[in-house]
Amino acid sequence: MKKIIMLKGLDCAHCAEKIESSVKKIKGVEFAAISFIASKMSVQIVDGMEDVVCGEIIKIVRKIEPDVKVIM
Amino acid sequence: MSKKQKKDLIKITVSASLTILSLFLPWKFISIGVFIAAYLAAGYDVLIKAIRNIFTGRLFDENFLMGVATIGAFCIGEYVEGILVMILYQIGELFQSYSVDKSRESISALASMQPQSAHLVCDGKISDILPEKVSVGDVIAVYPGERIPVDGTVLKGKTEIDTSALTGESNPVYIEEGSSALSGCINMSGVIEMRAERLSSESAAARILEIVENSAMKKSKSENFISKFAKIYTPVVVISALLLAAIPSFITGDAAKWVERALTFLVVSCPCALVISVPLTFFAGIGKASKNGILIKGACYMDSMSKIKTVVFDKTGTLTNGYFSVTEAIPEGISRDELTYFAAGAETFSHHPVGEALKRYAEKENIRLDKARVSNAREIPGRGVVTEVDGNVVAVGSIGHMKDLSVELSCFDSEDEGTIMYAAVNGKYRGKILLSDAPKDTAIEAINMLRLEGAEKLVMLTGDRKSISEKTADKLKLDEVRAELLPEDKVSAVEELMAIGGDTKLAFVGDGINDAPVITRADVGFAMGAIGSDAAVEAADVVLMNDDPRLCPKAIRISKNTIRIVRQNIVFALAVKAAVLIGGALGLTGMWAAVFADVGVCVLAVFNAMRAGKS
Repeated sequence: MKKIIMLKGLDCAHCAEKIESSVKKIKGVEFAAISFIASKMSVQIVDGMEDVVCGEIIKIVRKIEPDVKVIM
Repeated sequence: MSKKQKKDLIKITVSASLTILSLFLPWKFISIGVFIAAYLAAGYDVLIKAIRNIFTGRLFDENFLMGVATIGAFCIGEYVEGILVMILYQIGELFQSYSVDKSRESISALASMQPQSAHLVCDGKISDILPEKVSVGDVIAVYPGERIPVDGTVLKGKTEIDTSALTGESNPVYIEEGSSALSGCINMSGVIEMRAERLSSESAAARILEIVENSAMKKSKSENFISKFAKIYTPVVVISALLLAAIPSFITGDAAKWVERALTFLVVSCPCALVISVPLTFFAGIGKASKNGILIKGACYMDSMSKIKTVVFDKTGTLTNGYFSVTEAIPEGISRDELTYFAAGAETFSHHPVGEALKRYAEKENIRLDKARVSNAREIPGRGVVTEVDGNVVAVGSIGHMKDLSVELSCFDSEDEGTIMYAAVNGKYRGKILLSDAPKDTAIEAINMLRLEGAEKLVMLTGDRKSISEKTADKLKLDEVRAELLPEDKVSAVEELMAIGGDTKLAFVGDGINDAPVITRADVGFAMGAIGSDAAVEAADVVLMNDDPRLCPKAIRISKNTIRIVRQNIVFALAVKAAVLIGGALGLTGMWAAVFADVGVCVLAVFNAMRAGKS
């Protein structure tokens, strides 16, 4: 499933890179890309793993950029 | 300014005032206290983040580094320097966040292509709903000045629409009952009612927006280079800083001096200027292209476009109009206007491309046709028409048609000049009309523009007959033409040309409907006038939203400009950082210069990036 996630308040491009590469490493993520300018992340998730993966994404974002709000 | 930015501004002001105050305080003990207060006022959030990062093990984070650098300055007694570095850092961050916001705003102006509401017409009553709630088949009203919310067909009313948001074309388009109306266009003059044919999310405006937003996700080479570079840059600089603090102090024993120099390193260790400005430049460039009616599906295609040396065109519909038009009318025994009048009159009820061409020609020549004066229209498929115009029996068609009607021709054309239509009035030959699929008015200019952009080889591929194709190629001064090709021949022709071109890039420009395989195969595939066709949009790397071939060189120019700005930014940022690192190691530049190298360069790079979006 493809999911678009809003990352509100993302204003550090370097952090966006870090979030992107960490999300790519989550098990169940086939593809992830962040558009820094659009403040959006698009993730391709293996079917059936959406909830686990989304939870992991929130954790990663909280760790790297606590100011960023994740809107699913 | 956002709330956070206002808060940052207050922090900076408070900290700066405290610093100035403390400089005038006579008591050293108190002034140190005020310095610490000023420092905390400016940098408490940086410190909090830095501490948090220690626990999560992210020591190369810029907050942590900035914290270490400024606390280090305090420890060696450089209070003012420590505070100023923090203040400058915060000012820089503020600028950065402000300029990024601004650029986001200007780019997301695209988002305004979608209106906030749609007027649903139900049993003669109108209710406003969200465009997302419109279902296929719903009837909606669009008032003058409003944007069309979803793609559909006009049921009632007529108006002119401004399609510039979709096509970059500024001339208004007239639409009436039965015309299709795409979302994102602005209704300019009349009220229309239309039937929704697509959901909001599948309509033209939403698809364009999606392409532009997703384009940032297909990264260019320079972006990949920068992210790789960023990964090693920070650790390398930080480790050098440690070595710079440790080794010389150990040898010379002057620790304070070398620690201070090492702290400069920490300040410049963030690669932010690069990491922000590169994607921002590409995005600004892609945004600019989309304003011109060019959708570029990824930053990576801008890389390729800047290296195009070979451009391969499809003929019909790309370089030529894609429909017949009259190139010459040669009358026999009557005037040219009479010939046109009879021939076009005879075709009044025909929808054959030839008939349409004759009618357009009559209109262009200001010859009025009256349906009431035409009767007994008959169309003989593959041959022509026989119709009564003002009581005269007029036959228009091929040689075969004339023979069938036993019309004696006073001339014969063996030369294959395109299509020739013969006309007879009351059984007597009255002239012939030459038709061809003429090159677009803009085609020659497009070719010249491409040559200026460095295209060395311009090729035309077509399924059309050789003689006709060669004439068109001659007119347009193309370098090569390959005619009578089947669709699969086009793919192999493009492959062959790509092999000849070697490392240079090849672009293919086609209408995207029959050419999808070739468009996919080329380094850069352009689909022309294709926003209506899903298959074409899917296959193409660059979608040209109207039929103007000049958009192709324009896309190349925008790409080159964007790539140039990206390079400028990379070189500028690296040069400044290198200079500051060397200067810092030698003790020539202080922390101030380092802060400039960090955030100042970033802000400048962001401003420079925005130039890619300006004309």
